[in-house]
Amino acid sequence: MNTIAASAATAGKAPPKVEHPTVEALRMFVRNPSAIAGMVLLAIILLVSIAGPLLYPADPFEIRAAPLTPPFTEEAWLGSDYLGRDVLTTLIYGGRATLLVGAVAALLSVSIGVTLGAFAGYYGGRIDAALMRITEFFQVLPALLFAMVVVTLFSPSLVTVTLAIGVVSWTGTARLTRAEFLKFRGLEFVRAERAIGAKNARIIWKVILPNALPPLIVSATLAIGAAILFEAGLSFLGLGDPNQMSWGLMIGSSRQYVLSCWWAVAFPGAAIFLTVLAVSLIGDGLNDALNPKLRER
Amino acid sequence: MNFARSLLSRVLQGLALVLAVVVLNFVLVHAAPGDPVETIAGASGGMSPELMAQLRTQYGLDKPLLVQLGVYLGKVFSGDLGYSYFFNVPVLSMIVAHVPATLLLVVSSVLLAFVIGTTLGVLSSRKPNGLLSQFITVLSMVGFAAPVFWTGIMLVILFASIIPIMPISGMRSIDASGGGIKDALDVLHHLVLPALTLSLVYLAQYSRLSRSSMLDVLGSDFIRTARAKGLADRVVMYKHALRNALLPVVTVLGLQFGNVMAGAILVETVFNWPGLGRLAFDSVLRRDYPTILGVLLFSSIVVIVMNIVTDLAYRMIDPRIKTA
Repeated sequence: MNTIAASAATAGKAPPKVEHPTVEALRMFVRNPSAIAGMVLLAIILLVSIAGPLLYPADPFEIRAAPLTPPFTEEAWLGSDYLGRDVLTTLIYGGRATLLVGAVAALLSVSIGVTLGAFAGYYGGRIDAALMRITEFFQVLPALLFAMVVVTLFSPSLVTVTLAIGVVSWTGTARLTRAEFLKFRGLEFVRAERAIGAKNARIIWKVILPNALPPLIVSATLAIGAAILFEAGLSFLGLGDPNQMSWGLMIGSSRQYVLSCWWAVAFPGAAIFLTVLAVSLIGDGLNDALNPKLRER
Repeated sequence: MNFARSLLSRVLQGLALVLAVVVLNFVLVHAAPGDPVETIAGASGGMSPELMAQLRTQYGLDKPLLVQLGVYLGKVFSGDLGYSYFFNVPVLSMIVAHVPATLLLVVSSVLLAFVIGTTLGVLSSRKPNGLLSQFITVLSMVGFAAPVFWTGIMLVILFASIIPIMPISGMRSIDASGGGIKDALDVLHHLVLPALTLSLVYLAQYSRLSRSSMLDVLGSDFIRTARAKGLADRVVMYKHALRNALLPVVTVLGLQFGNVMAGAILVETVFNWPGLGRLAFDSVLRRDYPTILGVLLFSSIVVIVMNIVTDLAYRMIDPRIKTA
């Protein structure tokens, strides 16, 4: 009697609302001011880099002002470098190579890392041992030096630079993915899936991977930041695509003249800094939203 | 016994990795378009086909690839890394000549970063939401996002035109006399800016890492026990907590050595510091493959050795770990 009355009483009220985890994470992300600041900053940088060259067609290598024109002048708003190239123009055009290489290289590195890590963690045994040896090998290989060798041997272009960065920077993701797969592969929902005869490929990609995603998303965000810095470093050393203006190239080529034109180094460097800062603010926000338990005190 | 055996197995693994790097070097050179003779011909400004054929026979480039690989391996393991295309001196002797500068730079930056970073981290862990903690959060963001070569150049601008008290290029003054305390001081003076630049990245990272691991450890049961039995705060912090909190920092420090080398390449380029990174950069510009491959191999060996050393250091700090 009592129980029926009680259930009738609660039936009138709405059941406690349970948010989908994704919605909850999204809500937490949106409420995080530094994550939003990162999003806005990145949006501005992307907008300028994508739309800028369309709205303002120019050749960033073209000489447009007297050499070493200081910034904040009528002739060149952000000054000109030792050759007379307009710093603002190179700033607008230089983002393309950096962002493109950064994004594609990060995608490549995450794809390699997740695939190898998933196989190693899921299958274990000899496959794991072999894959971890490969991972260890790439971990001890000094990444920047290796990329320098590859780019020099195979002539620098957007493709070789992207490949070189992607190939040397996946080991962290692989280890993380492997750890996640090791954690999940013995759990009940995975065993149940196997019991009903699911194929390995289905279990890896459709069952375990979605559960392992939160830390991987955060690590992928950090990978983008790292790839952007890597590309900037290579371009700075003069090993980027010589036909593509990039922020790193701008800094590298003005290095010798920096005492007479600080602006040609300061502004492109600030652009790299702000881009990576935006990406890592987003990464931190995602980390807080997706892994609330791991949040730093 | 157990310790010696695991050390031996780590060393053997390390040797296998070195072998793999050597093979990779060989594969890369042979996969690249053109062969070394063409490169030499290009560098020396043209060469007759007869001379090129003769050079190919001389270098053994007409033999099967596997034979060439065997010869190459034999040479590398007897310490022969070939001759620089550019200077025509043994690569090994060039590397040896550039090691001290890089060693000085890397060791002093890592030490600086470790000491200041962990100090900041430990101090801030006393007040998890205090001003210092917030400073560290900001610092770690900035330290990660600022390209190290850019920070370096900004410091050059600052100390060349605004506060001209630091040398901004090279390792010694032009009028430096050989040897003596004066020379050592001169080198130290030149070291300040490059070491500061390189250490900033890691300082930020170590302070954040040591802060969070300190907070982790301070929340654990054995710390509460230590406090409950009336130990002084100082003893709890430094003898109990710090020792445990340092573990992740030491791990990262050791495993990241490859990264530090990458930073050193960029910093040496900015400050004209005459180390391995500078050698690598110059060799790349000169298409001097034997030298750059030699530097790559050498750096890999350094990273491998550092990994083994980290392992050992870890065992010393944390006696719970018996086997890997």
